[in-house]
Amino acid sequence: MGSGKEKTAKLPEGGRSSSEGIPSGTQSQFRKGLAKLLRNKMAVFGGILILGYMVTAIFAPILYPGNPSAPNLMRSLERPSWEHPLGTDELGRSILGRIIYGSRVSLMISLGVVSVGLLIGVPLGLISGYYGGKVDFILQRITDMLLAFPGFLLALALVAILGVGINNTVISIGISMVPIYIRLVRGCVLSVREQVYVEAAIAVGTPDLRIIRRHILPNVMVPIIVQTSLGMGTAILFAAGLGFLGIGVQPPTPEWGAMLGSGRGYIFNSPHVATFPGLAIFLAVLGFNLLGDGLRDALDPRSKI
Amino acid sequence: MLQYTIRRLISTIPVLIGISLLLFVMLRALPGDPALVLAGQMASPEDIELIRVQLGLNQPIHIQYAKFISRLAVLDLGRSARTQNPVLEEIWARLPNTFLLATTAITLACLIGIPAGIIAAVRPYTKIDYLVTSFSLFGISMPVFWLGLMLVVVFSVTLQILPAGGIGTWKHVVLPTVTLASFVVAFIARMTRSSMLEVLSQDYITTARSKGLMEKVVIIKHALRNALIPIITVVGLQFGSLLGGAVLTETVFAWPGMGRLIVDSILARDYPMIQGAILIFGLLYILVNLIVDLIYAWVDPRIHYD
Repeated sequence: MGSGKEKTAKLPEGGRSSSEGIPSGTQSQFRKGLAKLLRNKMAVFGGILILGYMVTAIFAPILYPGNPSAPNLMRSLERPSWEHPLGTDELGRSILGRIIYGSRVSLMISLGVVSVGLLIGVPLGLISGYYGGKVDFILQRITDMLLAFPGFLLALALVAILGVGINNTVISIGISMVPIYIRLVRGCVLSVREQVYVEAAIAVGTPDLRIIRRHILPNVMVPIIVQTSLGMGTAILFAAGLGFLGIGVQPPTPEWGAMLGSGRGYIFNSPHVATFPGLAIFLAVLGFNLLGDGLRDALDPRSKI
Repeated sequence: MLQYTIRRLISTIPVLIGISLLLFVMLRALPGDPALVLAGQMASPEDIELIRVQLGLNQPIHIQYAKFISRLAVLDLGRSARTQNPVLEEIWARLPNTFLLATTAITLACLIGIPAGIIAAVRPYTKIDYLVTSFSLFGISMPVFWLGLMLVVVFSVTLQILPAGGIGTWKHVVLPTVTLASFVVAFIARMTRSSMLEVLSQDYITTARSKGLMEKVVIIKHALRNALIPIITVVGLQFGSLLGGAVLTETVFAWPGMGRLIVDSILARDYPMIQGAILIFGLLYILVNLIVDLIYAWVDPRIHYD
């Protein structure tokens, strides 16, 4: 990140603003960003995909009135038909029904994961960046240690410790994302802290908490929003990966990754069992990634990738 | 340079000790008794107690850790609770397989990703650029295990030209490599594109062009060399996530590597094995980062580590 550029870009704005508020123009900038986002066809497509999944998750009982987990062994491994548009799995359950209910599970997990990441990572990042010193040093060494592992492996290690199941899946993946938020927020805070308006606020004796809330947090919101959208996608991918390995959400809960995992055994004769849940994962992750990329382009044009 | 390398190597020791301590404490803090799991349902309380003594689980936790660390110093990671073989031996047996897969995958990813990124950057906002950017987004969003299974459906079930799993001939390497590379290709292409785009807008590129240099020379010699640093960073970082992706890919293709070993150990609650494997993974990752730092200096002579 080019911190030099950031400073020159933000100085006039900060210089004008009083110690009281967020730099003026933030609101209209946000609106400009939103308009830019809506012009980005890919981002809109991503948004529509996610909206589709949300509607599916909310209205699951209307879209599929039956019980998605009730086995019907007489109808196992049927190919797609009118009655079961995506076929049935090894226990004769409708794959479409399980994918519909699975969207609930996956969206809940990803919401839970980013909540864990945000609730722990953002405050720690703010503290680490704002106060510096020993707290910063210790937090950063712990972050180093956690970042020494690729995200999925860290989640895997945490599952090894906590055990399988939906709650542990959320906690494990959530914690694996904490160091990313800490680093991101700390980096932003470090550059915002040097701004004139923050110095001015400190000089007039504004309490730390108020400075963080009024001056620092609004300026680190954009990277947090972008990271959260991308993080939702990653969470779905990781949760599906754990489910696939048999150490995530446990059957009979309809979870896409676990469905894929059990479909793997029938790949030679009934490839549809593994195909459709995978497609559901792919489209959901794609939606969040498209939206995240669009958000970044619209709100934070300086950043790369 | 040598001094820097040695200093960096020494600085990894506290990180590794930290990781081992964290792992050790967390593994011991969890519910579930490994002795109980090992002994099975039919075991008598005496058997369970015997296993507990064998594993050293009856001792206080700080003594267990002290023993673990002192053994670690002489590269003894203990014995697997599941197979009774030394942990390091099991890891050594699997590591080359994972390493082979990771190396072929990262090579393939570079061979496709870097040229794709360059082409996209040279012709930004054209059809070919959109094609590259969309494909890389697809790659990032695709669950590797699903892609692996779909490749099996096409190449092993339908066309029957490549094996669906196992290890042995070069044919066994193809599908796992493509699967593992898919994710990394996308990252490398994206990073190459944005890094090249930035460099191509620099004044010295305009100068090079106005000198009448061939476009090929401008792109490869003047632009790519300057765009390489972020690309190398991404390749290095992706090498780490390859290790994570290897867990899934190895499961899909029944590839006897480290990833599969970790999953099996987790399912069997084989603590010494989990501990050892994760420690080795951490060490590998740190080493890769060090190598990346050293490559920086090689690529960009302006960087000095003193």
